[in-house]
Amino acid sequence: MRIAVLSGKGGTGKTLVSVNLAAASKESTYIDCDVEEPNGHLFFKPEGVREEEISVKIPKVDEELCNGCRKCVDFCNFNALAYIKNKLIVFDDVCHSCGGCILVCPEKALTEKAKVIGKVQKGISDEVTVWTGILNTGEATGIPIIKKLLTEKNLEANKQTFIDCPPGSACIVMESIKDADHCVLVAEPTLFGVHNLNMVYDLVKLFNKPFGVILNKCLDEENPAEKFCFENNIKILGRIPFDNELGTLNSNAEIAVNKNEKYRELFSSLLKTVAKEVQCNETTTNP
Amino acid sequence: MKQLLILSGKGGTGKTTIASAFIKLADAKAYADCDVDAPNLHLITGWNVEPEKTDYYGLPKAEINLELCTQCDQCRQNCRFDAIKAESHYKVDPFACEGCGVCAYVCPAEAITLVPAVAGELMLYSDREKVFSTAQLKMGSGTSGMLVTEVKKQMKSAAVDTGLAIIDGSPGIGCPVIASLSGVDMVLIVAEPSISGISDMERIITTAAKFGTKTAVCINKYDTNIVNTEKIEEFCNKQGLPYIGSIPFDSNAVKAINNGQTIVDIDCTSGTAVKEVYHKTMNLLFEQGGG
Amino acid sequence: MKIAIPVDEKTLESNVCVSFGRTPYFLIYDVETKESIFIDNSAAASTGGAGIKAAQIIVDNKANALLTPRLGENAADVLKPAEIKIYKTATTSAKDNIDAFIAGKLHLLDEIHAGFHGHGGN
Repeated sequence: MRIAVLSGKGGTGKTLVSVNLAAASKESTYIDCDVEEPNGHLFFKPEGVREEEISVKIPKVDEELCNGCRKCVDFCNFNALAYIKNKLIVFDDVCHSCGGCILVCPEKALTEKAKVIGKVQKGISDEVTVWTGILNTGEATGIPIIKKLLTEKNLEANKQTFIDCPPGSACIVMESIKDADHCVLVAEPTLFGVHNLNMVYDLVKLFNKPFGVILNKCLDEENPAEKFCFENNIKILGRIPFDNELGTLNSNAEIAVNKNEKYRELFSSLLKTVAKEVQCNETTTNP
Repeated sequence: MKQLLILSGKGGTGKTTIASAFIKLADAKAYADCDVDAPNLHLITGWNVEPEKTDYYGLPKAEINLELCTQCDQCRQNCRFDAIKAESHYKVDPFACEGCGVCAYVCPAEAITLVPAVAGELMLYSDREKVFSTAQLKMGSGTSGMLVTEVKKQMKSAAVDTGLAIIDGSPGIGCPVIASLSGVDMVLIVAEPSISGISDMERIITTAAKFGTKTAVCINKYDTNIVNTEKIEEFCNKQGLPYIGSIPFDSNAVKAINNGQTIVDIDCTSGTAVKEVYHKTMNLLFEQGGG
Repeated sequence: MKIAIPVDEKTLESNVCVSFGRTPYFLIYDVETKESIFIDNSAAASTGGAGIKAAQIIVDNKANALLTPRLGENAADVLKPAEIKIYKTATTSAKDNIDAFIAGKLHLLDEIHAGFHGHGGN
């Protein structure tokens, strides 16, 4: 069961929720798809970490074969190639790795070389398998790293898998939720939080993903996020109260369920609700 | 016109809360929201006119003409972005398509064309005195960096004669952040004193350093973890980065925001603290010489 | 010798455009024949890599020197191997800059700004 945790707005508690749900489960997998700013590993402190570099393909020219026809320069929609004084120059940062120039070259003068853009790490923390994606600073897009993180063989069918998504609702978030069975939207009770919740709500509907909301940092006052859920008939899976102790544990990168029984109970109960919700959806969609 | 960009690395540290306070304190005549993915600044800037809206075209998207398609599968095999699906008929996934043109090139039946695609919407709020430029990226779109650039361009061309522009940035270190960094005079990083916050702050500082832009750090919600606050101060000292102040956690801040107000519109501890951070930031931004 | 200048309009009286990569037009001025040609900058509409494409246009039009207020690193990486000298414009008028260049009054442009990484320039 693959559960994606997303929020739209940053700082609402995606990592708090995904890390603690994973820790509260028996034997689970946690995948950190927030490759620009991965944080889950700071909580899990995984051991036995194995690493794999992720690269994209960039064209490379064999100057002996290049006859200066410039078909590649003209083809490239991203302007990543220039032809100056009988030499082809490739702009790595601008290249989108589409492979088009390789195809159009009539002299077969273009081949591809790898450019490392980041890495994927796998480690273990108690009973949780921790996958972390890390994008190198200066690189524009982490999508190839997310694709690697979410390949089939990383997602073991009998284990609960929690996918910690990046903030927002752009292409990188879509990539993270593409193969999820269920989406948990984490919302905070602020004006900004609701505005962004609305965006991911539209996103999960567009992708036809079953979803529910966890309200985080709940206070006694009126909760605009809760109101939004009521108005739109969105299932509220649970509420996490605004809690200084929880906040402190979280800011010290401690896994709350391991530090205090009351949090273990809170997240175990949330887990049960989420699991039940996922099963219900499975039976309704796969009769 | 000096441009100040507010970034954080981690989401939720308070960029927009602080940016809106700065805009109020400076009575800024030009400001922009470059968090095109999840823009929030417009919710508390109190404009009651409709903005001028412009469609933003990102990369073109491939379209398959089913009448010409022979289902040879060449397009799907050559697409590096998994953007072509072969179901009952061949179809392009507009979210995955990057507009590279490879499918159109390889199609033996000339059944594929690239068509312009709206990827978002630019919005410009303006009156005779000030301008506010923002945008909303369409859900699932790429080219957020390009849209950020358009937001800044829109602000600059519409701006009345003014010495200061304040730009609210986005979380992360990728595409939209890199685009927002280009050409700004100073970056203010809003950090939060959590382990995650520190890790993310270090990554955004590394990213900003690549541009050689003057960078300063402030801490929001500093009293939620004094040990971590001290760690951040120490880090700034070691790196030679100006540490220009801290703002306490303040539940009144949320109340103000939820009412559509900035923290300097009401009497509260975070409002008082942000004023000092604001003054120090302005001094640094406008100081003569040195970069 | 040919000089290239990014311009806002297709006249010698035009202002120099503040952006190289996304200028609407380039003026190519032949110092010997005093002839002016204006070309449309097809790079202006690109989603990314505009500096690269614009620089390619300058190279293809056989300019020997470029007069511009600023230049990004991608464009510089195209112009430098092409051995095109880059000068910093002194005033806003295209014509004045041409005259200044001919009189030897313009300086070489040293400051190349960081690339916009395919996200367009401002």
